[in-house]
Amino acid sequence: MTTERERELRAQVEDAPTISVEEFRRRSRRSFLTGAAGITGVVLGWRWLQDQPVADGIPQPLRNQLQRNETLWRNLSQSRSAPEFSAARATPIQVNGRIGIRNEIDLAGWTVRVDGPDGERLDELDIAAFEALPQRDMIIEHKCIEGWSNITHWGGVRFSDFHQRYADRVGDVPYVGLETPDGLYYVGWDMGSIMHPQTMLALRQGDAPLDQDHGAPLRIATPNKYGIKCLKRIGVIRYARERPADYWAERSYDWYAGL
Amino acid sequence: MSIDTSEDGATARGDEHSADGQVARLVHPRAIRWLHWINFPLLVIMIWSGLRIYWAEDVYAAGIGSWQWIAFFPDAVYDRLDLGRHLARGLAFHFSFGWLFVINGAIYATYLAVTGEWRHIVPDRHAAREARDVVLHDVRIKKQAPPQGKYNAAQRISYTIVLVMALILVVSGFAIYKPTQLYPLPVLFGGYQGARLIHFTMTIGLSGFFVVHVLQVIRSGWGNFRSMVTGYQIEHRRPPSDTSAPISVTPVPESETHATEIEEVSS
Repeated sequence: MTTERERELRAQVEDAPTISVEEFRRRSRRSFLTGAAGITGVVLGWRWLQDQPVADGIPQPLRNQLQRNETLWRNLSQSRSAPEFSAARATPIQVNGRIGIRNEIDLAGWTVRVDGPDGERLDELDIAAFEALPQRDMIIEHKCIEGWSNITHWGGVRFSDFHQRYADRVGDVPYVGLETPDGLYYVGWDMGSIMHPQTMLALRQGDAPLDQDHGAPLRIATPNKYGIKCLKRIGVIRYARERPADYWAERSYDWYAGL
Repeated sequence: MSIDTSEDGATARGDEHSADGQVARLVHPRAIRWLHWINFPLLVIMIWSGLRIYWAEDVYAAGIGSWQWIAFFPDAVYDRLDLGRHLARGLAFHFSFGWLFVINGAIYATYLAVTGEWRHIVPDRHAAREARDVVLHDVRIKKQAPPQGKYNAAQRISYTIVLVMALILVVSGFAIYKPTQLYPLPVLFGGYQGARLIHFTMTIGLSGFFVVHVLQVIRSGWGNFRSMVTGYQIEHRRPPSDTSAPISVTPVPESETHATEIEEVSS
């Protein structure tokens, strides 16, 4: 007995075209040859990729794709802002990177050098200069490229407010580079990212001045790039026409590292 | 009416059976075959590079309360698959091949929608009961398998779950990739860390499906596997003596599969 259900289900498949067994054998041969060619293509393609010249630690085609991704996202929605949280949700952030800040420094004698795009010295500032700029608080989720994140309370100055002092003199530069005083750690930022209202030159974590482990007296903080871009203990701020060198981008990571 | 009929040379309602009564019927249209097989290496690359990223902050474990059943992952797994200390390369592969994975999946979803192939996959109202019967049949408690179309009800349910998981996998992936630029996407998953956990969970789920899928394909036999390569499955049919006479369609043993387990006594 054929039930209604069986008929209904049969109807779903019996309209499918059929071919003779002879034709089927011909097509099978062709299909399996195509399959073998496909497998060979995948294997050769994979080998080709591994054999490409290396660009800062990864095959050039992958580096090119990271560049295309950067272009896409910079043009898509770079002015979006990350959520901010209530101060009660903030917790102390772990210390992850110590490159460029391994030695203790004398905070009283610290200054930051500001350089223009042609290497000219624009300024040499002490901490009081930053304390004199408009202060704001920002409770954001700091994200490490390793995968962990931490809701952190930062206090300090928007980079865009700091930039006002030099905007006329440097004109329309596309990049900013930052370095630790010893030059061991260095990052590059595109202007769109660093001028974002959530990119901060941080002086405080919570209400207290930064620890040296967290980059005292001045560091970058943002929810919109991975922590690898958030340089601690800023020694040099340099406007640049060319893309500045970046410590982790030279070690296989994405230069943009934007979120 | 929903199976693709564009394969050149195939008769729309063929009775081109050979002398021994065999005929080959299209079960997997060409587009489905290509998309299925292209997806395979892409998924492997995505899981492999994803695990290299996960290694850098491998905090997840499965268990109940304080009892931990399994940590994701033991060191032996990382060592065996060379997953450790490759975070940057993992990211570079993940954010390059991810586009191909997404494009392939988008073409597949569009194809299902436009051709109506989705009707073969999405469970209908009988699916739950029939899926139970499929399982009972598989473990040999029930003699008779429930009636089915292209896929049995258990297949329909699991394929649909997999497609939904793949969608969640991709959306949660974008939430992790650009949590600010795609805000409020992460809110869907309870925030950035929620998206990470769900992305990981979907990966484990998809990997589990992959294992079961391969075992089932092995169990179903060569004819079923071949149909995903060639598109066709051989059916054994007795030539009708006249058009109104009953037709008996039974699978040939070597191509035994769910899709051809069709027995008709009268029509």
